[in-house]
Amino acid sequence: MSPREIRLSTTPTAEDIAALRLGDVVYLDGLMYTAREGVYMRALETKANIPMELPSESAANFHCSPAASIRKDGSFDMGAVTATASFRFAKWLPEWMEKTGARLIIGKGGMSSRDYKRYFVPNGAVYLTTVGYGTGALLGRGVENVEAVHWHEELGLAQAMWVLRCNRMGPFIVASDLEGNCLFERENARISDRISQVYEGTRPATLRRFGETDDRNEELI
Amino acid sequence: MIPIDLIQTTAETLMDKAAIEIPQDYLDGLKAAAATENGDLSSFVLQAMLENYEAAKEDRRAMCGDTGTPRWYVKMGNDTRIEGGPVALEAALRRATANRTNGVPLRPNRVHPLWRTDHDNNVGIGAPEIEYGYEPSPSGEWIDLITVHKGGLFGTDYRMLFPSDGIEGIKRFYLDSLVAFGKRGLACQPAIIGIGLGGCKDTCMVLGKRAACLRTVGDRNSDPKIAALEEELKELGNSIGMGAMGFVGKNMVIDAHVEVGYCHTGGMQMSVHAFCLSSRRAVARIYADGRVEHRTDPDWFTPYQRRETVEWQPEMEAAE
Repeated sequence: MSPREIRLSTTPTAEDIAALRLGDVVYLDGLMYTAREGVYMRALETKANIPMELPSESAANFHCSPAASIRKDGSFDMGAVTATASFRFAKWLPEWMEKTGARLIIGKGGMSSRDYKRYFVPNGAVYLTTVGYGTGALLGRGVENVEAVHWHEELGLAQAMWVLRCNRMGPFIVASDLEGNCLFERENARISDRISQVYEGTRPATLRRFGETDDRNEELI
Repeated sequence: MIPIDLIQTTAETLMDKAAIEIPQDYLDGLKAAAATENGDLSSFVLQAMLENYEAAKEDRRAMCGDTGTPRWYVKMGNDTRIEGGPVALEAALRRATANRTNGVPLRPNRVHPLWRTDHDNNVGIGAPEIEYGYEPSPSGEWIDLITVHKGGLFGTDYRMLFPSDGIEGIKRFYLDSLVAFGKRGLACQPAIIGIGLGGCKDTCMVLGKRAACLRTVGDRNSDPKIAALEEELKELGNSIGMGAMGFVGKNMVIDAHVEVGYCHTGGMQMSVHAFCLSSRRAVARIYADGRVEHRTDPDWFTPYQRRETVEWQPEMEAAE
């Protein structure tokens, strides 16, 4: 069975989001911005003013650094676009969502169901994962225009806040819903059921690693 | 004498090819995997990847937005001389890396580990890495330039095992690595998996990385017992029940390659490296007369690179 395909605005209504189901394939239209650790630290820790009207211009935060450059005349050369792993940003996301009204968090690998329940669901937000994760050329095609790049001098190109106009940009897969369910945890559970069979005939390492448990009195041997 | 300008222009072409063109051996391997995949979501992912490779070639844009950390493997014959010497060679490779990071464009991934300084060109302290190999044949002046743009953060691990851990211990650490980094697809699987065994800690990591990045799908180690282990590990990885992005599926490993090095008598070092869905590598051989031959097989692990004896004995190797 093929997954269901949906076109979604980057300023979606609450109803649009409520209609999404785990595993749906989504294509996005509208403005999307990139924000990862550099932007979060600058906006939330050093309290710099966010140079966009959020969420009215965009409610879609992409965990991404594009393969792109700024030409000498100030125009942009946008190549491939791929997400980076999102779990590292859990520290900043609750405050970011509250401050910016982000409803779509787009990245690589999703967050935990605990994250979804704790601050995605209360903010009416869901997580969309990129596919593969190497579909950079397809996603690059979905960028109609680079509208602006903010903070590239302070943060470098990779950490800058890129503002992208999307036209049927995708594919993305819906990885959380408004009940806080997590697509990846669902899949992990299905795989875990049979994984012990694969481990038959293997043995744990003779020398363990300190840190494999939280018991600091433990020895390695 | 190999002209230095030709080294730089060839290196620039290789930067583009690695980022944009999926190597045929990996593409064939992924297509074969896609044909067997029956998980709904993992099947969708593999089809999207196949479309992505086409889009990259048509648009001449990088396959993946995370264009990895460009590095160079350089191999040359015993007679090879380079115009300007090795310092000029390294300068040419650094220039090519910087120029094509902006030209393709690639993502300027390389930053200072502490100050996060980004030169926006993938060049900095120790970047790009340049590693060397030498070959007794063919004779004459030639140089192989190999660029690999491996993705960086997940899918690689090291463990000190001991002889008593045996094959069972190797399999355990292999599975642990695949499952740990395969969940949520952090390793960008299905991939070519490289396994380093032996050496010292650093050389073990180098062997595993080269096994993943410098050998093609379908290639087997010249030691028949290691070749059998490679087959077994490939099969084992594809029996986990996990596929692309960590979804239910049957394809984690497009191929498994094992490289060994002699190690301390008490140990059995092991490293696991996952290349990725873009498997970015490109190779060219340059001759002194200006000929340039492009290919995608690095052909790194020759009998000479795997030699065991004090003196190089090509006749013995040929007879085996």
